[in-house]
This record gives sequence, structure tokens and C-alpha cells, in this order.
Amino acid sequence: MISFLLILVSSIFFVGIIIKVKAKIAARKMPSVFQPLFDVIRLFKKGAIYSSTTSVIFKITPLVYMASVLMATLFIPIGSQKGFLSFEGDFVFFAYLLAMGKFMMIIAAMDTGSGFEAMGANREALYSMLVEPAFFILIGSMALFTHNTSFQDLYMNLHAGTELTYIISIAAIYILIYIAMIENSRMPVDDPKTHLELTMVHEVMVLDNSGFDLGLIHIATWLKFAIYGGLISNFVIQTTWIWYYQITAFLGIQILFAIIIGLVEAFRARNKMEKNPQWIIMLSAIAVVIFLTTLIITQKIILN
Amino acid sequence: MNKLDSILRIKNNQSVELQKIETLTYADFYSIVLELLKKEENHCVTYFAYRRKDDLQFIIAIADDKNHDIAILSHILKARKKQELNSLTQSIFALHIFEREIYENFGVNFINHPWQKPVRFPHNRADKKLQINDYPFYSIKSEELHEVGVGPIHAGIIEPGHFRFICNGENVLHLEIQLGWQHRGVEQLFLNKKHNLQRNLLAENIAGDTVIGHTTAFAQTMETLANKQISEQLHLERALALELERIAVHTGDIGALCVDAAYHLGANVFGILRTAIINFTQLWCGNRFGKSLVRMGGTHFPFTEDLKIELLQMLAKYEKQFEEMADLTYRLPSVQNRFDFVGTVTKKQAQLVGTVGLSARMSNIVKDIRVSHPNIAYLNFPYQTITLKKGDVFARFLLKKKEIRKSIAWIRNLMEHFQFDNKNTQKPDYQLNLKPNNLAISLVEAWRGEVCHCAITDENGDLSHYKVKDPSMHNWKALELSLRNVEISDFPINNKSYNLSYCGNDL
Repeated sequence: MISFLLILVSSIFFVGIIIKVKAKIAARKMPSVFQPLFDVIRLFKKGAIYSSTTSVIFKITPLVYMASVLMATLFIPIGSQKGFLSFEGDFVFFAYLLAMGKFMMIIAAMDTGSGFEAMGANREALYSMLVEPAFFILIGSMALFTHNTSFQDLYMNLHAGTELTYIISIAAIYILIYIAMIENSRMPVDDPKTHLELTMVHEVMVLDNSGFDLGLIHIATWLKFAIYGGLISNFVIQTTWIWYYQITAFLGIQILFAIIIGLVEAFRARNKMEKNPQWIIMLSAIAVVIFLTTLIITQKIILN
Repeated sequence: MNKLDSILRIKNNQSVELQKIETLTYADFYSIVLELLKKEENHCVTYFAYRRKDDLQFIIAIADDKNHDIAILSHILKARKKQELNSLTQSIFALHIFEREIYENFGVNFINHPWQKPVRFPHNRADKKLQINDYPFYSIKSEELHEVGVGPIHAGIIEPGHFRFICNGENVLHLEIQLGWQHRGVEQLFLNKKHNLQRNLLAENIAGDTVIGHTTAFAQTMETLANKQISEQLHLERALALELERIAVHTGDIGALCVDAAYHLGANVFGILRTAIINFTQLWCGNRFGKSLVRMGGTHFPFTEDLKIELLQMLAKYEKQFEEMADLTYRLPSVQNRFDFVGTVTKKQAQLVGTVGLSARMSNIVKDIRVSHPNIAYLNFPYQTITLKKGDVFARFLLKKKEIRKSIAWIRNLMEHFQFDNKNTQKPDYQLNLKPNNLAISLVEAWRGEVCHCAITDENGDLSHYKVKDPSMHNWKALELSLRNVEISDFPINNKSYNLSYCGNDL
């Protein structure tokens, strides 16, 4: 339960830190950390407008999306704080919960009948498909390493065995950072600040959403960031630490993660659209390296 | 060949009596124009028709970059004859826009014109039934391909234009740009407004980003028609303003390209730098875009030695920051990766569609009015043109940086070698007497490319026709070509790298 609350709390300021870092580097006046929160409150006060071409799919999607992300949050443990739900193989369930939310977003975008939105939906579907192997190979390797298949047990036992964990932890953190950026349509795959529909991926899919619905979609984005931040923090936090050490470490890692995203976005240009798939597959390649390393560590492959 | 030698040739900023322009038969006109435009050094700067006592007089001006002069040819289409001519576009593709314009304004049908479509839907068009919503788009009947329409309301804050893409998935097979949403009637207003100050203000407002370019062309045209001599200093001041405008707009464009590549650090810094330049223009004349600076016959805002000190200080500061940021931006792998090999226009394509200015120079075509048809300012303080070879977005991005450096060097040279004297400055003179029955032409290399203004007077010395040509008229086609087989998501950076004028087209 505590882990669930921690993720909720950290999600509130996460995006705020990113925009603060980007503004600072670009020599602009920094907005408040709570600016995204204020924006969402403003959106909640507004009514939603629905295009006459849309059907019920478009109306229920923001709720389904939000629900799927909230539900996925329940599976994340933080250090020795257990997740709300846990069962064998729950990481598969976790991945497909997020995928279901995304699937609803994609068909809702197509539901509007707009040429732009269908284009964005196409791209989002392609990138999600390509990033999936990276996630599964990564978590699969860890399952192999710890002989557990639920998030909770998997992380609990990660640091139990040997120092060899650190080898795979570094690569895993790298992959998770970029998976988070792709899942949330950040740079270098997408540019959340752009005003050009033709170059958008995620932004163009939510062009028709307004008011309350748009607010929900924004909150789901924050949560997704915080979820991945939670996954990353577990590689660092040791279950043997005292509980308030763990909580401080978690919040520190979330802030650091947000700052890293802000830095990555500020100091580079985005990818050419056609190079995105290639770039995403690169993550899977690194995941395969982790997998092979795990095989060697667990002596499934014996090198002579 | 005899005929080629006897063509009337004038210099830039020179006027000629109308009766000295020989009226040819269309067959002769046709063959001479073809003969001239086959040569690489020649290009058409303007081709228009105007009503002269019911008949339609056609005038074409072909600039010769080697001999530094402009050939003027003419023919008359009688009102009683069938309004139909053989199209020149089938051989010289660069003329397509001019013939389309004549077709739209006077209903002359050009036989075998490959792309005879309206240009800008003016109020005085020949066929009022032709509505902008019925624009004849090129379309493909196919199950696999789809069309994407963008505009005419633009996502940013720029002007109205409709873009119709035919795509195969993410790839663009064909782009057609439909302009003409503004219906301003600029050329007609030049005739309706009788006071020269009104006309001067009108010239300033042809295109908000090319204020100096268009106003200088206007002032030179009118001064030529009135035989008004202006001092070297005034010429230099206008050229200085022109170069400042170039630096400011190019800097802004580099920043805008950074925005589109999502490189916000560069975008902000270049935005700040642009402000430094336009603030200097404001200090000089009270308007950041140089409005009210250029007036016919003189100026209210002479350049002084005090301003010179100010300018040199500002440029030193600008240059230091610009070089620092440019060094970072142009070497950044992700920026290079984003712009390289996108939207290439080959030299051959660029020549075919007749691009001018920056859009020509990025494809290794040397076209620069400052060098080929210089006025006194650029004769006394010569400028050297730079060209690049690749013709892609990165080439345009890089050329902007190089031209900024060149312009700064040119300004420095001017500041070093010319003593500005603000005692004997000429005040603007709006009471100019224009020579009757004359034609004057003025070419100016604005930041986008050549601006051409051409004026014709009647027997009373009043304007009877005024023709404006913005470089965008030529260059929009290059943007369409850039998009061939390019991803649709690369359209914004291509569009921004050209930064063409919508209002320059929708006169």
C-alpha cells in the first residue's frame, strides 16, 4: 500500500521537474513544479467536447486508459514495501495492462476519423510493438536470475545473491529509462512540445480529447513515468535498508530520473521518424546482451 | 540570330520609353524567349500582361547574369483575336507561374500548358466563377494511397496555405500547395492610391518580413521613373538595412528550425540573438522591421556616426554569442542527423523550376542580384556569393549561417571605409514627376531572393501598371519537389528551411 501511495505522490511533481530542468537549460523562466498539476485542475473544471463522428469508444477510452495505468501501479513494490497485488507471472499481466490502455487510445484515435490521428495511432502502435521485446527480455532475464516470476519476489531476491547483480542493473536501468521515454512519447522518439501535427506521435492522438478526458490522460502519463521510476529505483534500493532510507532513496531516484529526462531532452534534437524503429530495436539488442550475461552468470551457458 | 542582337537591353534600375520596346509577333517572341532562356545565365525576372486600350500587351524581362543587363521583349494580343497562345511552359518550365497568372487575370488560354491552374484568386480575375474551393487538385485513384490535407489554417501563427499530400504510408509521393487565400489586390492598390506616400506605405506592407527588400525595390523604381538622383550614402544606408534584415531573418530561421528539430536550447538562443538585430533597427528608425526607414527620394532617419558605434558594438556581441551557439548546434550529431539528406533538390530540378536566391544557392546555382545586377551600393562595396552543393535541409540550414557571416563582414567593411555624414541628407520627396510612357524595372536581392518591381506610366506620367514579384513565386515549386519521396513528418522542417512567403504570393 505504501508503495502505491509513494508512486502517486511522486507522479505529481515528476513532469514538473522535467519542464523545470528544460526551462533552466534553455535560459527561460522556470515554471512551478506544480504547473502540470494546475493545468490538470484547470482541465477538470472544464467540460469535454465530443466530435459528432466519434462513438462510445472515444468516450470510455480516457477512463479505461487511466484505470489500466492505475491498476498497473498496484503491482509495483518499492524496496521491502510490497506491492498491493502480486502473483506468479504478474509482470506479463502488468505489461499487457499498459498495452490494453494503449490499445484503447489507438482505436479511440482512429474513432475520430481524423487523418492526423490515424497517422499518430499508426506510429504509436509500431513503436509499442517494437519496444515490447526489450521489456520482456529484460524482466525475463531477471526472472531467470532470481528464479522468481512476480515483480515482488523478483526484486526481493535481486540483491540477495551476489554482487554480479550490479552488472545487469546498470544496463537494465539504461533500458528502463528509454522504455519510459518511448512509452510516454518523449524525446528522442517524439517531441511533446511540438505544434506540428505531421511530426507528432502521442500528442496528435489526443488532439480531440478535451477537458476532463484530457486531464485523465495527462495524469496517466505522470503515473507511467512514476511507475518506471519505481521499477528503476528497485535496482538501487536494498531490501535490507531501514524503511525511511528506502523512502528517501525512492524519492531521490524519482527526482534524479526526472532530471535525467530533462537533460536528455534539452541537449539533443529528436530522431528522424524513419530512424525511430531502428533506434527502438537497439534497446532490444541491449536487453539480449543482458539475457546472455544472465545465462553466463547463472551458468546456463558455460564458457571455456 | 540577328534578332537576338537587336533586343532592347537595359540595366537594373533603368527606365525605357515604351515606344522603344519593339512589339514582336508571338512567333518571334516565342522563339527569342526560348533562345534566351536556354542559356544558363539567363532567367526570367518578370513576365506579365496589362491592358493597353483594350488590347493586351505582354512584357517579359529576362535578366542576363553575364552581361549584367535585362532584356525586354514585348508582344500584343489584339482584343478581337482569339485569347489563346502557345504555352512557353512546355519548354521552359520556370515560366509556369507567370503564364498561370496571366491566364487567371485575363483569361488567356495557354495551349499545352501542363499545369494551368489559378495562382491567387484576385478580385479582378477573369473568370469570377472560379472559386477557391473548387481548386483542381491533382488526384490519384488508388486503393493503397491516401491523401492528407493540411491547412488552410496553419498550426502555427503563420499565414494561410493549403497543402495536399498524396502519401503511400508515411512516404509522400506528391505535394500540391494551394495558395491564394488572402485576396489583397496589392498591385491594383498601387494604381488606386494617388499619393506617393500611400504607395510607399503599401510597398512596406507587401510582405512583413521583407520590408526593406520590397520598399527598396519600390523606391528605386519610382526614383528611376522620375530621374531622381540619390546620394551614394542613401544607397548604402538602404543596403545596410537590407543586410541587417537578412541577418535578422536568417537568425530567426535557424532558431525556428531548431524548434522543429526539438532542440530548444538552440531555438531560444537564436531567438534572443535575432532580437538584438531587430532592436538595433528599432533604435535606428523606430520600427523593428524597418518600416518607415526607406522612403522615396530620401530618408527621415539618416545613419550617423553615433549609430555606427552602436552597431559595431552590437555586432561584436552578437557575433561572439552567435559563433558560440552555432558551433554547438551545427556540430550536434542529433541535429545533423535530423537535417541531413532530407528534402534534396538537385541542381537540375532547381534550374528547371527557376528557383532564385537562397533556394537556388543551396543547390549550387550562383544567383545573386547583388553580384549579377548590383546597384551603386554593391558596386562600391562588392559582395561575394556563396553556394552549397547538396540542396537538402542541412544545406539550407548551413547556408543561412554562412550568409549571416558574409553579411556581417560586408557591414564591417562598409563601416570601416565609409564616413557617414548626417548634415546634407536628402529628405523624402513625394512630389516626384514621373516620366510619361516609360517602363522602369528594379531588382533587389532580399533575404529570400530577388524581388522585382516593374512600373509603367501612361501619357500623363501617372502609373498605369505596377507589377510586383516576390522570390517565393519561383520557390514554392522547389518546396513541392523537396517533398518527393520524403517522409510526411519531414514536411515541417522542409517548409521552415525555405520559409517562403504566403503574402508574397497572395499579392
